[in-house]
Amino acid sequence: MKILICISNVPDTTTKIKPTADQKAIDLANVQWIINPWDELALTRALELKDAAGSNIEKITVLTVGEKIVEPTLRKALAIGADDAVRVDAAPKDNFYTAFQIAEAVKGQSYDIILCGIESSDYNGSALGGMLAEFLDLPGISSVSKLDIEGDTVRVNREIAGGFEVVETETPFVAIVQKGIAKEPRIPSMRGIMMARTKPLNVVAPAPAEPLTSFVAYHSPKPKAACKMVDAENVEELINLLHNEAKII
Amino acid sequence: MNFEFSEEQKMIRQAARDFSKKLEADVIERDYKAEYPAHHIKELAELGFLGMITSPEYGGGGMDSISYLLAMEEISRVDSAVAVIMSVHNSLVLAGLEKYGTEEQKRKYIPRMVTGEHIGAFLLSEPEAGSDATSQKTTAEDKGDYYLVNGTKNWITSGNTASVYIVIAQTHPEKRHHGINALIVDRHSPGISCGQHEDKMGMRSSDTHSVMFTDVKVPKENRIGEDGFGFTFAMKALEGGRISIAAQAVGIAQGAFERALSYSKERKAFGKFISEHQSIAFKLADMAVKIENARNLVLKAGWLKDNGKPYGMLSAMAKLYAADMALEVTSEAVQIHGGYGYVKEYHVERLMREAKLTQIYEGTSEIQKIVISRLLLRD
Repeated sequence: MKILICISNVPDTTTKIKPTADQKAIDLANVQWIINPWDELALTRALELKDAAGSNIEKITVLTVGEKIVEPTLRKALAIGADDAVRVDAAPKDNFYTAFQIAEAVKGQSYDIILCGIESSDYNGSALGGMLAEFLDLPGISSVSKLDIEGDTVRVNREIAGGFEVVETETPFVAIVQKGIAKEPRIPSMRGIMMARTKPLNVVAPAPAEPLTSFVAYHSPKPKAACKMVDAENVEELINLLHNEAKII
Repeated sequence: MNFEFSEEQKMIRQAARDFSKKLEADVIERDYKAEYPAHHIKELAELGFLGMITSPEYGGGGMDSISYLLAMEEISRVDSAVAVIMSVHNSLVLAGLEKYGTEEQKRKYIPRMVTGEHIGAFLLSEPEAGSDATSQKTTAEDKGDYYLVNGTKNWITSGNTASVYIVIAQTHPEKRHHGINALIVDRHSPGISCGQHEDKMGMRSSDTHSVMFTDVKVPKENRIGEDGFGFTFAMKALEGGRISIAAQAVGIAQGAFERALSYSKERKAFGKFISEHQSIAFKLADMAVKIENARNLVLKAGWLKDNGKPYGMLSAMAKLYAADMALEVTSEAVQIHGGYGYVKEYHVERLMREAKLTQIYEGTSEIQKIVISRLLLRD
């Protein structure tokens, strides 16, 4: 069995994101890049399944669409335990474009399970997994929070309103995974980091395609208003502030 | 000149940072209870940090000194008790064994140490021989095919947990320090007993003990190097160990600085954030400069070591400057926190207690000045 994890290269979740001065792009100076947290959990689950006794998983591949800047993120995935990596050499312009590139790179590779994080923590597109399943003409299962393999049957839990449903499927399929799929991401070991040097990282050329959308401008959210504390005894001041300063009554 | 870390070095630093997040969850409690961080040391071993600079030939990671120093800094940022166990194990015991041990000794001891199954301890200090390491009272009497070891060692990191001791002892008192030997000793040999866990000021969750030797038989083949090589061995091991402790001091200071910086942007006084008061902003600037200075000394010493150049002077400079700097910076971090800095919950008082030890162990600040001045005046 072969598993593919689609990885997105995203800014560290503690990075302060700001647009460039002309608001046409995100200022990438001093950005620390990480594996998208949901993709990292997907990789963790795949590794757990591979490490389990009697596992028939022979290979775990990680793939991303990105320029050379994303390679450290792929190397990290290799250090954590993926067997090989693929980089489609193109900037991920929008969901359609990225899903199309992944589909083109994956066609004919006979992956049994393709895992995508439910969204990327930077652009929050939440559309790639579904599009990819469609491009590949494969079943797509969304909101997956648990994934087990018994022989050729895969059983997943899907989060739904008020609980979860259990779905059984056969391979191949695309699963869009979310929190719960694995407990916590693995820290790469020194051995893993050392081995990552020699694991294959294949760069493939993008297929001809154009994005369907384009970014026009980026804006930061308005800064949070300062909180003013009013003594509980001082109702008059509260009324005064609501009336004259906040101007909401 | 290149100040960029390699991708691999960055990855190792990040791995150490991710690991140290787990230490944060129980570091205050372990420090308070002086509880050994057994489960953390187990994970540290699983991740390969306990053999990271050892050659892959013996099961280690084969990483360079810079990677190791970055990992030391990151772990010390949160918990120096864990960092010192890692430091003694890697820099003093494993590095010493790999460099000066026989092939047989290496094959016998190193593979189980890099996996963390066996932890190493370095037994040099004595009740009356700390800085003056030439005055070893512990004896290793030559009995033909074995040494008979008697004496007491003090302040031994991992004294009770370690399985492999490297013991420095006097064989030929008349030859003074040229008569000293370094012996690999099995902790569980008959005649070895550990004193009480030392109730320390800081790094309380590392187990520091005195160790007593009473007629302990050590096979001759456990001696490291030629007869009388022990003192030189100890000094060479400490030369490398010093950079590691200097990196630890940088980590402690960095941890305290980050907390002070973040607190200064949350706490208000006189109608504005305290970071907007020049007295606090200037403190932060001074702290940042000192940390950066110390880090550069540490990395330069590591770079010299990695490039096979003499690094004794730089390692002593790094240890001296970084340790003094760490105490100053942590003290300022407590000051910035005010009353909150003086209680355990905010970590900085603990980091200040940890910083103090870096001026004392693996060669006091005064000893570093002796090393530096002797090297300066040698020619």
